[in-house]
Formats: sequence, structure tokens, C-alpha cells
Amino acid sequence: TQRTSSSRFACCRSPVSYSMRVLACVRFAAHKGFGQVRLASTSSQKKYVDLREDRAIYTTDPINYDEPKFDKILIANRGEIACRVIKTARAMGIKTVAVHSDVDSNSLHVRLADEAVCVGPAPTNQSYLRVDKILQAVKDTGAQAVHPGYGFLSENTHFAADLEKIGVKFVGPNSKAILDMGDKINSKKIAAAAKINMIPGFDGEIADEDMCVKVANDIGYPVMIKASAGGGGKGMRIAWNDKEAREGYSLSKQEAASSFGDDRMLVEKFIDNPRHIEMQVLCDKHGNSLWLNERECSIQRRNQKVIEEAPSSFVTPEMRRAMGEQSVQLARAVGYDSAGTVEFLVDGKRNFYFLEMNTRLQVEHPITESITGIDIVQQMLRVSYGHKLNISQKEVPLQGWAFESRVYAEDPYKGFGLPSVGRLSKYVEPNHITGVRCDSGIREGSEISIYYDPLICKLVTHGKDRATALARMRDALDGYVIRGVTHNIPLLRDICQEQRFNEGRITTKYLPEVYPEGFQGATLTQEEEETVLSMAAALNARKIARSKQFKNQSRQQSTYVDPYKMTFKFVTEIPVEDRESKKVAVAVSFHNGDEKEARVTINGKTVSISGDMNLAQPIIDLKANGKEVTTQIVSKKAGEITVVYKGTNFKVKVLPEHAVDYVKHMKPKPKLDLSSVVLSPMPGAIKSVAVKVGDMVSEGQQLIVIEAMKMQNGLHAAKTGKVKNVTVKEGQTVDEGELLVELE
Amino acid sequence: IKMLSRYARSAIFSLPRGMQMATRATSSIQHTLKVAEKIEKTREKALLGGGQKRIDAQHKRGKLTARERIELLVDPGSFREYDMFAEHTCTDFGMQKEKYPGDSVVTGRAQIAGRTVFLFSQDFTVFGGSLSSIHAKKIVKIMKDAMLVGAPVIGLNDSGGARIQEGVESLAGYADIFQANVMASGVVPQISLIMGPCAGGAVYSPALTDFTFMVRDSSYLFITGPDVVKAVTNEEVTQEELGGAKTHTVTSGVAHGAFENDVDALMNMRELFNYLPLSNTDASPIRACDDPWYRVVPSLDTVVPLESTAAYNMKDVVLSLVDEGDFFEIMPDYAKNIVVGFARMNGRTVGVVGNNPKFAAGCLDINSSIKGARFVRFCDAFNIPIITLVDVPGFLPGTAQEYGGIIRHGAKLLYAYAEATVPKITVITRKAFGGAYDVMASKHLRGDLNYAWPTAEVAVMGAKGAVSILFRNDKENAVKHEEEYTELFSNPFPAAVRGFVDDIIIPSETRRRICEDLNMLESKKLKNPKKKHGNIPL
Repeated sequence: TQRTSSSRFACCRSPVSYSMRVLACVRFAAHKGFGQVRLASTSSQKKYVDLREDRAIYTTDPINYDEPKFDKILIANRGEIACRVIKTARAMGIKTVAVHSDVDSNSLHVRLADEAVCVGPAPTNQSYLRVDKILQAVKDTGAQAVHPGYGFLSENTHFAADLEKIGVKFVGPNSKAILDMGDKINSKKIAAAAKINMIPGFDGEIADEDMCVKVANDIGYPVMIKASAGGGGKGMRIAWNDKEAREGYSLSKQEAASSFGDDRMLVEKFIDNPRHIEMQVLCDKHGNSLWLNERECSIQRRNQKVIEEAPSSFVTPEMRRAMGEQSVQLARAVGYDSAGTVEFLVDGKRNFYFLEMNTRLQVEHPITESITGIDIVQQMLRVSYGHKLNISQKEVPLQGWAFESRVYAEDPYKGFGLPSVGRLSKYVEPNHITGVRCDSGIREGSEISIYYDPLICKLVTHGKDRATALARMRDALDGYVIRGVTHNIPLLRDICQEQRFNEGRITTKYLPEVYPEGFQGATLTQEEEETVLSMAAALNARKIARSKQFKNQSRQQSTYVDPYKMTFKFVTEIPVEDRESKKVAVAVSFHNGDEKEARVTINGKTVSISGDMNLAQPIIDLKANGKEVTTQIVSKKAGEITVVYKGTNFKVKVLPEHAVDYVKHMKPKPKLDLSSVVLSPMPGAIKSVAVKVGDMVSEGQQLIVIEAMKMQNGLHAAKTGKVKNVTVKEGQTVDEGELLVELE
Repeated sequence: IKMLSRYARSAIFSLPRGMQMATRATSSIQHTLKVAEKIEKTREKALLGGGQKRIDAQHKRGKLTARERIELLVDPGSFREYDMFAEHTCTDFGMQKEKYPGDSVVTGRAQIAGRTVFLFSQDFTVFGGSLSSIHAKKIVKIMKDAMLVGAPVIGLNDSGGARIQEGVESLAGYADIFQANVMASGVVPQISLIMGPCAGGAVYSPALTDFTFMVRDSSYLFITGPDVVKAVTNEEVTQEELGGAKTHTVTSGVAHGAFENDVDALMNMRELFNYLPLSNTDASPIRACDDPWYRVVPSLDTVVPLESTAAYNMKDVVLSLVDEGDFFEIMPDYAKNIVVGFARMNGRTVGVVGNNPKFAAGCLDINSSIKGARFVRFCDAFNIPIITLVDVPGFLPGTAQEYGGIIRHGAKLLYAYAEATVPKITVITRKAFGGAYDVMASKHLRGDLNYAWPTAEVAVMGAKGAVSILFRNDKENAVKHEEEYTELFSNPFPAAVRGFVDDIIIPSETRRRICEDLNMLESKKLKNPKKKHGNIPL
């Protein structure tokens, strides 16, 4: 195994112990059978190991093993996209080099690659964004090309140019195209010249807050303030008035500086209620260019995509062709020579306006792959090597429908998603379901840290039509097991069964419109609620019955009663915050003493819950009155069981019948007065503290800015008062729920 | 009610005031009916304890009555009460006029998940739950019975203290209970649940039992209350600060855990009971198990951070290793640098002891040694196999520890492990340094199976410390020496080549290995030399 983790790249605090550990890892990897996979892939035979997700779909232009190719490439990224690129490279027979920060030494992309180089400590600006260190790694490993993935250095023209200087290919467009399109001001000029439909806006950089306000007034509110170098919703804000324009300008500028190292800002007209539809293009160095159909990415929160689909239910064939042709027109105008995406805003009348061009592989590329059967990474590697595209526009298929849910480690109940961190104590992907593809860079035991994007997985489902793909997405979300971090599956699952979404009536405002009060968890019908309560009661009855099933307690057994012949009477309740919740009496018995057949009497009805009520398995497939239900036991405590139903966790109180009368005597515990304290809503680093002890603050005043996953969030005072205590300093990292500021 | 009224009617008709019975036969029938009625009436009275008014007051405090508590604790319909008709015998201060059947404690036996338990529940509504001579006798009676058949004793404490009217009789009662506690110690498990005040001499009975749990905001344990404290030391302190659940679970370590309220506490006692063997002659219980013993645990492969000085939570290891992640932690808020508690492996109850690097680097100090030692001894006394997870950088140095007697207290854990004859399986997850390595169920202390993970470092001390001693005159080359030392010692090999660890195992396979070993060790036979008792450094 040629793992280069030499002390030259030593980056952790104690280099000595580190190298020892890596040795141990290698030893350990060999033991686990990783060694075998590696041998197969590096052999000179043409049978390469194909570990690509959903590899059977790539039929449009399959790998041609006789075609010349790179011997070795370096992937300048981490997480799922690094894994994604490595898998295709391996399938093509290309050796791979991973780069990683010290905390990522054990991560999946490092394990998958043939070689790995540590490029620095955890913060991205000291590792994944360090051009010098990555260039050094390229030189040391002899990689012939670098795939940048998305984010990080993918749209850094200096990096692409530096690579060109040392004769290494940048797997992406030429640096001029990146420069032209990556800069939003410049790209607009080019697009306008190429006769692409444009949004009204200011043509140039915004120098300061005052100018921002002036320009905004010229165009007319609402306006979008965004970083010239931005993308992915970072460094981007919408302003509806002068105050918001000022605040948005400075916050976005700061974010842009820290995320992209480029804080130039621009302002444009904000089109209310639009759809966000983008066109995938693919070009080679010989002047050939293709459009690979559109993706609809309207389901967004804070300008970050949540669920994407391809194709769009809104786009007609004529419109598709028009968008495709304009996109290709633009690509030709800038001499584009790789995979790229042209983003459009689409209004209710099917008018589309050019938004920007992303000169990189997009996060949501798998859905395009699903409906076209084209491995975009493979094509990027081919065209980067200098090959021509093998397919013509006519040969680009559009087969079936695909959805992508971005499964994030974040709390969907707070602003549709506040980052959360933690260790994945249990993690099972729903790969057992047909048509499911999981692109992830993590595995059970991985740590979701504050340093990187909180993406857990891109869950993709494909089916012959929209309804099939969507039904598969619901099943896949039900069968997805994630423990240890808060995740957004409850929201994703709820959207997947929401009527508007099912009908395809979506805009970028979908989330705030469908959930005006914020996401509150799945709402249950009476029947669904009975199902949840019945399942919880049946599982709890099984738990209590099992506690009598001893195998070696032989004394005093002559009066033993088979617990599965008993009737368990409970009072169940789904507690709701701040108000009285409904208590429902249930009785559970096991039909003929069969532990797989529970009969639950609830509200005068009988619900039969059948199936293996295995209390250890992460996923439990049951039938409620014959209807299939998938559930998960998240936790079981004395008198309380938490089950998952339709993606949402339901903490169900299941108390013995006789306990209920007594519960009313229990005194409620005093609650912390939340208006006089500011708690950290998520783990992160304190960016700035605006107040000190003794200051008077008014309600709504910003007290602290906290940064997590590169997003800055202002924390405001909930009431007017005097600051009694400030417990944090700038730069300090805090946990979720930590007390930051106390008011008198 | 129907029954009662029939008796009541018959009583009215047949017993005109002051009349004598006409014939002998009639008198006999009347007598039988009278007795039956009296039994019924007494039972009614006993069931009401100190009366409805006092019951309401108890509820108002957020507390349940003695009988309600029993109802929640045991299997429905399984409670068999003893001595419901017992009464106190005190005649001073007009006490003969104030009698309650059963006095201020409810005792008996019942079943929890089908297994026998003896229990007493002090009744705060009768004389404030104060301890009379008969109260003590009732408790001692069930304790003796429990020992006779080998079944655990659970005490629900809610008592104002001694029955002052009875004077020395009450004190004698306490002593009788203490003696019974000590005799039962190591014979049957004893659990105390403090559900109200418990002050003065009364505190020593819970202190002698195996586990003491408290209810938050409604239970207190102290030798003397705030008033006396103020009078003697002039110290102002509230009941809660002096002896509340927080004090005893976080600071003093007197209690082994605390619960939100009565219902929560009692439901949890049922869970704990399910883990325990009934007596010292019973094997560790094996319960039906849904979790496959051969389950691979991938998350363990990455739980130990790459950086050898970085912290991780040993509880993550425990939870992913044991059946269904069910772990009944003992003393979760005290000396967090060691984690102890009950879990199951392939259905069999095991005691888990683990150093927790998340707190104080997982070092052994006075409190963690005492916490660990007491738990290990409980497991050994009741045939519960011990799984030890080791990541310990050593004993905590410093004057505070030395003055506090870390030598004496650390020796307790050493003694407990060395003395234990139950199956002992040890996994060194990372550091096992110095004397602490020896202490933590090492091979040298008769560990049955000792494993190392690939990240294990078994050494006298860390590289930095060792180099500063070995090469104190060669400070310039310290880094080089450290590297050399790390290469040599900071890995599992030095221990493995000497047979001090039996194997270096892949973390994800730890569960499987432990389950196989427990199965094999089921027939382990090991006896310590016969002696009256050892002399543990108390």
C-alpha cells in the first residue's frame, strides 16, 4: 500500500503519534479486506472494480477500456463528492489520490483512494483551500490531473492556472471560462452579448452599503444582494428595504470573504415567486457541446437546495429545447470545455432568465445521470484528457424521473434547518429499496463537525415516472436510519407527501408558503395518530412481555404466567409542548400468544399490529390492519418510547393504566425563562459579541453572531433589558443550548 | 361496599347498645360476624393510612402515598402485604389513643416482571412516617424472609425520622434494621429509593444498601437538617443545598442516581430490577434478546480519535456495544471520569466499567476509584460478569489527591478487581498507563480475557513524561527520543508479545468476541482462599 502520509505534511499537533496511528490504520485496513479491493483495481487487467453508486444505469456511453486515459488523478475535495469521483475513476482504471485534513484521516474518501495526503488541520482555509499544499501533493504523487469536485477550489482560477503551469490537467473548464463565468458581473455581460434572456439588475460591483442602498432603490425592492464569487446560498441575502439592504450587504460581504476569499458584491432585481430551473451542459475541447436536460431545484431554504428533481414538471419540450439551446450558446460563447450548469429563474409564465453559470460539477448532478444514463464524472475525465464527446444531442435520452433529497445534519424545526453536529452512532442507508442511490461520504461512526458542510447524503431515487420516483423516495426516507445527529428527514419526508409538491406546484417560496409557522413535524390524521399510538403500545407491550422472558431463572416458577397471554392496559399520549395533550387508553393483547400478532384496542376500534416486533433492529416493518408501515425505535425508556412515523419522531408516553391517575399529582418542573437568556441554537464558533455586561439592549437587537458551517447567524435579544452576564468571547466554540448572554 | 354495608346492617340490628346476648349460640354467631366486621374495618382503615386529609397533603407536595408507590413498582395484583394489623405499643404522650393499623410502614412481597421482591414503603401520612418499634420490626421481618428465600429488598423511604414518643425503642429499631441490612449485604441485592425526607439515624439504612436513588425536588438526605446546622455551625443552607438530589448525585456521591418524580423513579426501579440476580446464589440473569450476539459494530472502528490526546465519550462505546444500547448507568453525574452501570450482552446481565476520556482525561482519582470499586464489588458479590473498557492516563497527581488519600482510595479499586472471581473481560481501547493499567482488570489481576484495540498503548507513562525522566540531560533531542519511545511503546505490541493481552482485536468485532467469551466463561470456577473476610482499605 503506497500511502504517503509523510511527516512533511505533518499537520497535527503531535506528528509523532500521528504517523504511528496512520500505520495502525493501514494495518487495520488491510485486515478488513480493503487490501483486496485495492489489488484488484491496480492490476493491469481491464476488469476494474466498479463501485459507482447505481452503476447499472450508465448505459448511454459506457466506459471504453481501450481508450487512453489518465494514469492517476488527485481529488482536491472531501466527503461524498470525493468518494463519487474516486468511484468513477477506479471504474475507469485510474489510480486516485485523496487529500485530507488531519481530522479526516480516517474518513471514507481517504479509505477509498489508492493514496492519501494530509494537507493540514481541520479548518478549510488551512487544508482543503491551501493551493500550495495541494500543488505539492500533486507533484509528490505524480498525479496527471486534479478533479476539484464542487466548492473549495472548483472555481478558483488561480488554482486551475497554477496546475496548467506545471502541466497538470484541471478536470473542469479552462481557467478563462471559469474566470468569465465564475464572476457574476462579468458573466452577465457575456451572457447578454450571447443573447441569453437576462434579469434586470445593476451591471457592476457594489462598492459599499450606501451604494447598495442606492442601486437597490434604482432597481426597486425586493433586491438580491450576492457575492460575485458566491454560490450555494452563501454570501447571499434578499432585502426588502433600506435597513435590510445595509445589514444584508455587510453580512454577505463578511461571509463571502471567509467562504470564497473574494468579497465583491452585486445587486439585482429579485423575482418574487420564481422557480429555479437549471440546465446541465457538457462540452469537449473540440467544440462539441450538449445539453443534458434540466433540473428543477425550487425547493430551497435560505437559497440552499433541499429537494431537486429531473426533469421539471413545469418545463414543456419546447421550453426545454429553448433553455438547452441558449445554454449551449452561452457555453460556446465562453469556449466552455467541461461539464457545467446554466441556472435560470423561471416565472409563472414560463419565461426564463439567466441567473449564473456554475463552472463545475453540481451537487445535484446524480439526478441528471439517472435520467440520461450518462456518467458525468466519466465524461469530465474523458474530455479533460482530450477526447471528443461520443454522443450527439439526439442520443441524449430522457428516461423516467429522478428526485434528490439532500439529507443534512440539521434541525428542520429551526428555520427549516440549523446545522447540528455529532457522531453517527448508527447509520444505515436504504439501499435495499429498488431505484435508490445514496451518494455519501460518511459511514457509521463518522463525525459531523463544525468545520465542514453538514451534508450526510444525497438520497436519489429514480422511477419510470414522477409518482413512482416519489413513492420510492418516501420508502427510502422511511428506511433511512440515522442516529447521533439531528437530521432533516422529518422535513424531507413531509414534503414528499405534501399535496402541492406531489402536484408539482412549487416555487422557491414553497417552504415558507407551505409551512408559514416553520416546520412543526408531520401532522397526523385521526387514523394515522391511532396507528402511531397502536404501534408504540404494541412495541411497549412486547418490551414489557420480554422483560419476563428469562432463560436461567428457574426458581419460583410454578406460578409463572406467559406474558404473551396477558392483556396490557396502557394510557398513551403524544405530548405537545405548551398545551394539554390527548390521553388515549389502549389495551394490547397478543393473538393466540403469538408475539408477532398484537391486537390493540383503541378508541373502541381494534388495530392489528403484526410483524416481527424486534426491539433491536434499526428498521421495523409492520402491518397496521394489513397496511404496511415502516417504523424505527429511536429510544425506549421506562414509560416512554420514541418511534419514527413518516419521517417524524414521535415521543409517545406509554404508562400503565393505573399510573395515569398518579401522574396528575406530579409537579411540573420550573422552566428556564427563555426571554431573559440567549442560548446557542447550534454548535459553532462565536464570530462577534456586540454587548458587554451592564449594556442596555432593546428587544430584537443583535447581541451575538455565531458561525457554523460557514453560515453566520445573528442572535437577538428577546426583550429589552440590561445585560447581566456574557459567558462567551469572540472565537470561542460553543455547544448547542449553551448559555451565551443573560439579561436582567 | 355491598359487603361492608351488610356487615354494618347486621351490626346495627344485632347489637342494641348495652344488651347482653340471649343465648350462647347467638353470641357465637354475633361474635364471628363482629370479628369479620372488625377485620374489614381495620383493613379499610389501614388502606387509608393517615386519612384522606393527609393523603391529599401528600399529593399536594407532588408525592404519592406508600401504597400508590407499591402499586406502581410491582406487577399488577402481585402485592402480598405482611403485618397490616400491626400497631404501635406506645402509651406515653397519649399515644395509646392514636393508633393506625399497620403503623407508619407498608411491608410485603410482590413480583417485578414475574420475579419475587420484598419491599417496604414508609407511610408519611401516619405520624410523618416516623420509625416506631413496630415499624422497624415489620421491616426486619421482610428482610429476614428475603434472605431466607433469596430475593432482593427494595425500600421506599419517606420518613420524618425516629418516633420521639417511643424514645430509645425507636433507636433500637434503627439498629435492628442496620444489623439486618448488614447481614443481607452480599446475600440479596438491596435498593433504597428516597422519596421524601430521610434524616438523622435513618440515613444509615440506605447508606448500607447497595444502591440509593433519590427523587428530585422532593427527597432529602442529611445527618442533621438546616436548623441544627445553623445552630451548631452558624452556616445558612437550604434543605435542597444540604441534602437534595443534586447534592448527593453530583457532589457527595451518596446517591447513585436521581429521577424527575415518583412515577419516573418507580418505573425506572423496575428497569433496574430486571438486570439483577435475585441473590448471591443465582447466576446473572439471561433474558430473551433481540440483538444478535454476532452483530458487527462499525462505529467502534472510528470512535477513538486519531489524535491520541483528543477526547471521546466512552459512553458511545458502551451504548453501541451492549444489547440494544440499553444501559442503566449508576452514578451518572458523579466522578464522570469513570462510567459504571448495568447492561446486557446477548441477554446476560453484565457490569460495565469504563474510563471516560471525555472527563478529566479519564484519569483515576479518589472519587472515580471509590465509585468503580463499589460497583465492581457489587457485581462480584452477585455473580455479574464485569466488562472493563480501559482508556486511562494514570492516577491524577497533585496535593489535593495525595492529601485526600488517593493511595488509600485508589487501593479500593485495585482490591475490588483483584478480589473479584466473576468473569472479567477487559478491552484496552487506548491508553493503559502506569499503575492505573494494573488496576483496571489487567491480566495480572486475573483478567480472563484481555484485549487491545489497535489504538491501545500500554506503557508506564506517556512519551513526553518518560523522555523527560529517561533523557533529562539530553533536552535538545527530546523530540527524537519521544519519537523513539512512541515507536517502541505507544502501541499494543509490548503487552501482546508478553501475553498481557490475549489478542489485538478489531473494534467492530468487540461485541462478538465478548459475547463468545461470556458464553465460554459461564462455567468459570474460581474461589478465593477461605477467610472470615478480607480487609479492604476502607
